[in-house]
Amino acid sequence: MSSKSDSHDASIYYVPHGSPWPILGSVALFSLMMGAVSFLNEWAGGWAFLPGALMLAFMFFGWFSTVIGENQHGMYNLQVDKSFRMGMMWFIMSELMFFAAFFGALFYARQLSVPWIGGDGVKIFNKLLLWQNYSAAWPTNGPARLGGHADGSFETIHAFSLPAVNTAILLTSGVTITIAHHALREGNRKILGIFLALTWMLGFTFVYLQGTEYHEAYSELGLKLSTGIYGSTFFMLTGFHGLHVTIGAIMLLVIWLRCMRGHFTPERHFAFEAVAWYWHFVDVVWLILFVFVYWI
Amino acid sequence: MANSAHTAHAGHDDHHGAPKSFWQRWVVTTNHKDIGTLYLIFAGIMFFVGGAMAMVIRLELFQPGLQFVDPQFFNSMTTVHALVMIFGGMMPAWVGLANWMIPLQIGAPDMALPRMNNYSFWIMPFAFILLLSTLFTGSGAPAGGWTLYPPLVLQGGDSFPMAIFAIHMMGASSIMGAINVLVTIMNMRAPGMTLLRMPLFCWTWLITAYLLILVMPVLAGAVTMLLTDHFFGTSFFSASGGGDPVMFQHIFWFFGHPEVYVLILPSFGVVSEILPTFSRKRLFGYESMVYASAAIGFLSVIVWAHHMFTTGMPLAGQLFFMLTTMLIAVPTGVKVFNWSATMWKGSLSFEPPMLFAISFLFLFTIGGFSGLMLAIAPADFQYQDTYFVVAHFHYVLVPGALFAIIGAVYYWLPKWSGHMYNMTAAKWHFWLSTIFVNVLFFPQHFLGLAGMPRRIPDYSTQFADWNMVSSIGGFGFGLAQLMFPVIIWNCVKGGAKATDHVWEGTHGLEWEVPSPAPYHTWESAPSEALIAAGSPTGH
Repeated sequence: MSSKSDSHDASIYYVPHGSPWPILGSVALFSLMMGAVSFLNEWAGGWAFLPGALMLAFMFFGWFSTVIGENQHGMYNLQVDKSFRMGMMWFIMSELMFFAAFFGALFYARQLSVPWIGGDGVKIFNKLLLWQNYSAAWPTNGPARLGGHADGSFETIHAFSLPAVNTAILLTSGVTITIAHHALREGNRKILGIFLALTWMLGFTFVYLQGTEYHEAYSELGLKLSTGIYGSTFFMLTGFHGLHVTIGAIMLLVIWLRCMRGHFTPERHFAFEAVAWYWHFVDVVWLILFVFVYWI
Repeated sequence: MANSAHTAHAGHDDHHGAPKSFWQRWVVTTNHKDIGTLYLIFAGIMFFVGGAMAMVIRLELFQPGLQFVDPQFFNSMTTVHALVMIFGGMMPAWVGLANWMIPLQIGAPDMALPRMNNYSFWIMPFAFILLLSTLFTGSGAPAGGWTLYPPLVLQGGDSFPMAIFAIHMMGASSIMGAINVLVTIMNMRAPGMTLLRMPLFCWTWLITAYLLILVMPVLAGAVTMLLTDHFFGTSFFSASGGGDPVMFQHIFWFFGHPEVYVLILPSFGVVSEILPTFSRKRLFGYESMVYASAAIGFLSVIVWAHHMFTTGMPLAGQLFFMLTTMLIAVPTGVKVFNWSATMWKGSLSFEPPMLFAISFLFLFTIGGFSGLMLAIAPADFQYQDTYFVVAHFHYVLVPGALFAIIGAVYYWLPKWSGHMYNMTAAKWHFWLSTIFVNVLFFPQHFLGLAGMPRRIPDYSTQFADWNMVSSIGGFGFGLAQLMFPVIIWNCVKGGAKATDHVWEGTHGLEWEVPSPAPYHTWESAPSEALIAAGSPTGH
């Protein structure tokens, strides 16, 4: 399994010996994808997700346990620490680009495709010949008025209702994690524990409120995933963001538990910082989302 | 001098030699050389799988009319051939070469994140099990083209989600591989190995890694939107709901265009290593090569819509994308001239890697010129979706990227195996490849200019002559490639002992370790004098 080097020299970059987690992770990912394929092709019910999901969860648990254990044994020198930092940074960059695809879709629809369908500029024949009765305006569910209420109409969620509360929650959580970080660096474990706990609680509160917002959208506003381009971009962006908040909150919970066990020192606490970076990333995406999806 | 750093640690190496058991050595490994080997073997298998599909395509196109396969299967072949070659052949081959060579070249003991390295490899075989198993589903493999354009791709059957999830897995693997290369280069260089002492293969791979991190997630987003449009009623690519099918093309090509530079940039790096060695000169204009690579990397993300000139884009858009595309010829020209200047008045010898590199130089440039023709928007209206496009991208990918991969293998194989390979056989491999690749793809320029559309199993009789020539070239090229694994296999099994420097004119740290490279290398960093002497500029 993972390496146990008794005479580990801190000047040498730690290259782990063989590890079973990656191959298990590959099998898990394959099972999860096959499960999703089986579900979508109606070869099997929702249970098809289960084997892959469980294996993946087990893999993450095992892999991180191995790494945390090695770290606690002081096997990682500062150069290894730097590799982890850079790795996390570029992982967050790739996540940002994943969101960029959906933001790109949103901007393209709002600035180009919807006006074009409405006959903007040289696309005047769309108006004259295809969709005479469609006047392009955002929000829209398209000339076919897809989804929505029975008459094809739908309502949107006002920015300065629940979304504003959620913005306040995320911004507050950004402050609390910073206070926790300062406390960690000053060796004040009590403040660290309290404010880190506050952070993950705020995270889960956000997810809960987002859930109630979705419920309202589906049950009362006629706003669904299938409600044309507005519903598509709205749910895709907020949905993937919500998923990332959930993952981030779980990560916060994990490092909180580690803090409670006495992990991390004022000088060395990469995992804490990685989670904090991730949390700020989720926060920044939300702010862009709040402005362009809910507000303007 | 060469091995002083190494011999001091010889005992240490024996202690940490390759594990005996298959499971330990190949499945759970964290060793960059073994993972590199796994990547290269996987890529080799995929080249032959994708090549077999190309043979089916050329067989059907040997004559007009429908002879061997039905049109649906033909379309599956073109689609899956492309996906297999790009994601299963080229990309893993480059990641494999990066795994093997980058730690050796920068004086690092391994890749920065060895477990993730293993993960990024092992995802790939599973991704391709998923993709290739679509051939056995009732509805057949994806047949809408590798570009996955909606609405056609949304009409796929059971294979549709399988292809989408396979692409998700390949994307995850690529992102992990790219992060690993990036972190390795930025954090693992031996003291004294400054950025401007790095070999160009490291430089071009560094830029490639940035591109991959930038664009692979965008592809993941694009195919996710396809998935929700198909299964969950979203309207991203449906005008009736306010979306636009052309939007997919924009998002796809924002990934797709940098992707072709992902395939070609490491080739530039390899050629920039091989040409100086066999010219017995230093690379001409090293720094300008670095800046040209960076410029190409930057330009590659702002030219994507030249793939879409005929979609009815606004005029300003056509002009912008036409001009930026033509701008790429400037840094590429810098490279071509630098390579030529490197060989100028050099003491040239023509070992197999050199032959492939020179062939690359000429034939890639032909592909570059046809690319310039395609970049001109009004002319592209005529060429769009014809065999001229097929000829263009095969010239840059086969005698371009693939020849660079083959050249790289012939260049470094003695370092890996410790043996020289059969030079005569390898030269035969070269001449057969170079002749047949031109017989295969050059006539496709004529076919395209005469108006033959791509992705069609049948054609008008006026195209019969050049199609037959092209198919003969295709079969010849395909058969010639069978030599490659045989030459490699024989070299791994035995042969004349390779010296540590292998070739006469080599520079660089990878030649300062023994041949074959021990299981662990550069556990203690090379000296700065060694690094300076081995750098592309010699200081």
